[in-house]
Amino acid sequence: MARFRCPVCEYVYDEDEGAPREGFPAGTPWSKVPDDWPCPDCGVRDKVDFEPQD
Amino acid sequence: MSTITDHADDSTTGVLAASTAPKQPPITGARPAPITGQGEDRAAIPWQDPKRHAWVFGLIVPLLPFIAWGMAEATGLTVFWFTGPLLVFGVFPIFDYLRGLDAENPPEEAIKPLEADRYYRWCTYAYIPLQYAGLVLACWLWAYGGLSVVASIGLALTVAMVSGVAINTAHELGHKRDSLERWLSKIALAQSGYGHFFIEHNRGHHVRVATPEDPASARFGEGFWEFLPRTVVGSLQSAWGLERTRLARLGHSPLAIRNDILNAWAMTVVLWGVLVAIFGVVILPYLVLQAIVGFSLLEVVNYLEHYGLLRQRREDGRYERTRPEHSWNSNNFASNVALYHLQRHSDHHANPTRRYQALRHVEEAPQLPTGYAGMILLALVPALWRRVMDRRLLEHYGGDVTLTNMHPRARGRLLARYGTPQGAH
Repeated sequence: MARFRCPVCEYVYDEDEGAPREGFPAGTPWSKVPDDWPCPDCGVRDKVDFEPQD
Repeated sequence: MSTITDHADDSTTGVLAASTAPKQPPITGARPAPITGQGEDRAAIPWQDPKRHAWVFGLIVPLLPFIAWGMAEATGLTVFWFTGPLLVFGVFPIFDYLRGLDAENPPEEAIKPLEADRYYRWCTYAYIPLQYAGLVLACWLWAYGGLSVVASIGLALTVAMVSGVAINTAHELGHKRDSLERWLSKIALAQSGYGHFFIEHNRGHHVRVATPEDPASARFGEGFWEFLPRTVVGSLQSAWGLERTRLARLGHSPLAIRNDILNAWAMTVVLWGVLVAIFGVVILPYLVLQAIVGFSLLEVVNYLEHYGLLRQRREDGRYERTRPEHSWNSNNFASNVALYHLQRHSDHHANPTRRYQALRHVEEAPQLPTGYAGMILLALVPALWRRVMDRRLLEHYGGDVTLTNMHPRARGRLLARYGTPQGAH
């Protein structure tokens, strides 16, 4: 499944793994993550700023 | 290291976004410190951190209760129980000013090895056992040391200095991804009862820094004593809201032990409970005093770090990205060592997960007139603060007061005094 990377720090949201602590269980698609969800590691950028990873 | 052109990494070469930058003199940027050795052969000589061994001196802070006890016992003078505040508010600001600025910046290629060097982590981990050894000593002294009330208060204020700086240690640890370090962060916070800082700082303050919505970003025209209740109450409310939202996504009520505020506070309850059980309820007022003064020390540092600075709103309604110009910095050597480079605040906000030893001084970011130690004293006297800082803040924005984060209650006064000839916006 798809992965998305914070442009500031090295945090990657992997749809396979989700972010369970944040409330996004494994398998949660990126589209379900709110636009204003900040990067959980650095908080500098929000979901809409993340970049798709291959 | 990211290959994306990241503004944060450009900070030492002086790049600022043209569209939203305030008017400033031409930017020359900070060059990395010259590497010792032959200039042409830079790549062959690995950069050595000249401050590597200085970090250990930061551990003097948690030793303050021991120093106070030793000095008081040796001299019989009650004043030495106040060693903590005397050093932090008296001696240290002078020493900080005299010792001067810290010239060293690691070059880009040294950052990764520097962050990987575990020695630096131990300099932060070591704070915690010393912090708690001092607290246990203080409890024993309060209960059995035969101290007068004045002496006990002095000792509590000394412990408060350790407690407040422990929040800074927790800040460094809490910003890391490593789960051991995050757990140690909560442990460091237990002493002051400020466990909610763990949530609010990373997920609230860093997201909303330099905006009117952030309780921990001081506003132009807001004195420290006005700011203090706003940040203490506001940060707690914000933290609670963040956890409530997160837990709601998981289908839970916020009233659960998985709430990171509640489990952090539980550490405080257990810690204080055990101490009271062992040493008696006589210590309780002093525990409360050291907690309140301790977190207030943290909050006065919050105050000076973003005073009046404002991220502008974009057309789409979002705030612009956090840039070096949104934090006040100092580069005084002594405060750098005592606070794990907290003064290099712009780089910290640009790279929150960067380890303290690798943080860089950013020349074009707004600079305070002295180190954090001295600025704390100024902040405690709002009339002095205004006199020193308001002019600097306005200069940073090229005289345009409407670009600042104005305190609503002060807005009329500020516009009248500093507004443009065209009138208020």
